[in-house]
Amino acid sequence: MASTMLSLASTTPSASLSTQEILKGKARLGSGRVGTLLNKEKGNPFIKAKSFGRISMTAAVNVSRFEGVAMAPPDPILGVSEAFRADTDVKKLNLGVGAYRTEELQPYVLDVVKKAENLMLERGENKEYLAIEGLAAFNKATAELLFGADNPVIKQQRVATVQGLSGTGSLRLAAAFIERYFPGAQVLISSPTWGNHKNIFNDARVPWSEYRYYDPKTVGLDFEGMISDIKAAPDGSFVLLHGCAHNPTGIDPTPEQWEKICDVIQEKNHIPFFDVAYQGFASGSLDADASSVRLFAARGMELFIAQSYSKNLGLYAERIGAINVVCSSADAAARVKSQLKRIARPMYSNPPVHGARIVANVVGDPALFNEWKAEMEMMAGRIKNVRQKLFDSLSAKDKSGKDWSFILKQIGMFSFTGLNKTQSENMTNKWHVYLTKDGRISLAGLSLAKCEYLADAIIDSYHNVS
Amino acid sequence: MWKCFSTRTSRCFSTSASNRTLKWWDRVAPAPKDPITSVTEAFLADTSPTKINLGVGAYRDDEGKPVVLQCVKEAEAKIAGCDFLESVSSAVSSKLVEESVKLVYGKNSDIIKEGRFAGVQALSGTGACRLFAEFQRRFYPESQIYMTDPTWSNHHNIWRDALVPERTFHYYHPDSKGLDFSALLDDVKNAPDGSFFLLHPCAHNPTGVDPTEEQWREISYLFKVKNHFPFFDMAYQGFASGDLDRDARSIQIFVEDGNVIGCAQSFAKNMGLYGHRVGCLNVLCNDAKQAVAIKSQLQQIARAMYSSPPIHGILLVSGILSDPNMKALWVKEVKAMANRIQSLRTTLRKSLEQLSSPLNWEHITNQVGMFCFSGLTPEQVDRLLREFHIYMTLDGRMSMAGVTTGNVSYLANAIHEVTKFG
Repeated sequence: MASTMLSLASTTPSASLSTQEILKGKARLGSGRVGTLLNKEKGNPFIKAKSFGRISMTAAVNVSRFEGVAMAPPDPILGVSEAFRADTDVKKLNLGVGAYRTEELQPYVLDVVKKAENLMLERGENKEYLAIEGLAAFNKATAELLFGADNPVIKQQRVATVQGLSGTGSLRLAAAFIERYFPGAQVLISSPTWGNHKNIFNDARVPWSEYRYYDPKTVGLDFEGMISDIKAAPDGSFVLLHGCAHNPTGIDPTPEQWEKICDVIQEKNHIPFFDVAYQGFASGSLDADASSVRLFAARGMELFIAQSYSKNLGLYAERIGAINVVCSSADAAARVKSQLKRIARPMYSNPPVHGARIVANVVGDPALFNEWKAEMEMMAGRIKNVRQKLFDSLSAKDKSGKDWSFILKQIGMFSFTGLNKTQSENMTNKWHVYLTKDGRISLAGLSLAKCEYLADAIIDSYHNVS
Repeated sequence: MWKCFSTRTSRCFSTSASNRTLKWWDRVAPAPKDPITSVTEAFLADTSPTKINLGVGAYRDDEGKPVVLQCVKEAEAKIAGCDFLESVSSAVSSKLVEESVKLVYGKNSDIIKEGRFAGVQALSGTGACRLFAEFQRRFYPESQIYMTDPTWSNHHNIWRDALVPERTFHYYHPDSKGLDFSALLDDVKNAPDGSFFLLHPCAHNPTGVDPTEEQWREISYLFKVKNHFPFFDMAYQGFASGDLDRDARSIQIFVEDGNVIGCAQSFAKNMGLYGHRVGCLNVLCNDAKQAVAIKSQLQQIARAMYSSPPIHGILLVSGILSDPNMKALWVKEVKAMANRIQSLRTTLRKSLEQLSSPLNWEHITNQVGMFCFSGLTPEQVDRLLREFHIYMTLDGRMSMAGVTTGNVSYLANAIHEVTKFG
């Protein structure tokens, strides 16, 4: 019978037998005689399976349902690293992805992380599911880090905090929440912004539009344009702001400018939505880097904040972050948190435990916490040094009189060089310097030793290529 | 449908923070509790010394304690304190996928040799299902998903949030507490050609009722004829029979018949890596070229959701599966877990029979995997909770992993108490 079944299957379905006839044939088999037909002996039919000899027959495979699936475009940021890896030139330099490198251009696992992991191993903790909202100790620590433990929003329990998969995952939870509770509301994102922001809002079906941010003429902030665009948007829009160390430009508003941005957002009844991916990494100080967020919270506003520990704790691959929603009441915070959980459950059920434990251990232990602050200062310090060296090299080598000081004014891991697409391509094709097409370089991937080479490349690309 | 308010109260803008009454979140109602995780929450809050948690499907040892497998401990020791290099990340992720699909198709499968599958790591079973649901909607926007009646409660949430409408098909027969096979076949036949179906390849959740191998063959044949797409959610490989290969047999039958399938795998239960969120999604393709295209699309969906999966669990799984000794140890440990559950099933059934229960409890040992669909009514479940501090989901699903030699008599007595009058 088995072979009969298979031969029915492997003939062209419509050619020799109609579906009806095939199904009629099957209906007989389905009446319970299958067991006797297929098995000569009594006993567990399971075990007899091997004697059928089906394995040697190749049945015609149904055509894939996904014939029409085209290749997705390569990710513009990660694609840079892939191209870098494929390059065999010894002078090559990867200034693509924003992942911290030491002066020797090696990835860096923070000492506090190693210590925390060893502690965790010694304790022999279990691997049970976290709650949907994540590790309680982590959620507490992350909110306190962001706002300060004494902040009224914390004391009044007005913050809904849910552990998320780093910045991306936390942004996505918020985006899904916006889509569900503010259908039709749009998010205003800076022009330019991190490439994945658009993907996140697109996939979450949240409409977005851009506000002016980067001024190519000054290689600085287009503050008037920014304010004007935020004012022009419909009341009650969401405004995506980078808490510190703007990605990709490295250009942050001054404290005075932050106040004015806050004013206009309040006037328009917009909801501020901070992406805080570099707290501690920008200036070296956790508190200083949170000042924009704290300013808005102090105004009594309700706001969203996504956090990531990818850069400041080097936990890129562990995917640890959080979404925080500051609400006007503890009751609202509880309700919001419950709905965020409802979004998370069908996405991944509950978040990964390892990164959360690391953060909770580091922040929860005063000695480790202090060590962490020192390591962060060291990382931010290296970047500042590299900026200085690059600026010095550019100023010394470039005889045109162009003002390169924007490199020093920018902050954080990235610098917008002002190079356009063709010039950026020249950087890669001629100089084997890998960066994204928007002219963004990751200073985290630059060593003091390579600054002069990079300066040469930039000067050549800027002046000799259009 | 989600509540939404199109009007918004305009408010007076005042510089004083104290008299601001912002009401952005008034529209946000409290969400209903998740039917499974809320059981654990309630259990944890209970102070009774005799409490038993038969809620969530997480393995416990005979003392009711969570278990970290020995193979996992060894793998963990190997990676602790190691400098993790990002360059290793994509290599180790590929290794995970490579080893995971071997568990599904067999290590000598042509599918693997020819690269005829698109495989990506995923956030455990939930994440794998969600990636597939999003992919399904993206490329078959008009399609639906057929789910067993009943199925894991979160399946409904996953496909709904991916905006794929669901239909159910007959599966569980409440009278026999077994498979409603003829109704199942009818539903499969009557579905429009080329429908998407969500199948549990082994250890069905919540019923514990699996088709026999013959029944699987018939279902598979029908699928081939109807050109349906079977998507397998394999969360309990190893827990049904104790044998990992055997538990994947149903999938292999479908593949042998020429069906093109998809499969979600979870390492939460069988490797005890619940909190690490490690799993795999694979979709069969015509050829390696198509596999690359499909993989790129899956990665793109993931990129906008969480970018990349957490590395720790991936390191553990790929470490264990690619080391023959550790893998052998794992296989033994899975068998031991399945055996413990199996023996407690037998004990529970015997205890109920010895108490002269008027009901038939054969299903306790007929059903396989972690769960027993007890047939208890919501009222009976509620009594078990209030009077005996025994926790399970309202549908009467008991996680047998929570039963121990220490609590099985108490459990049997309690069940008998609430059911002895029919």
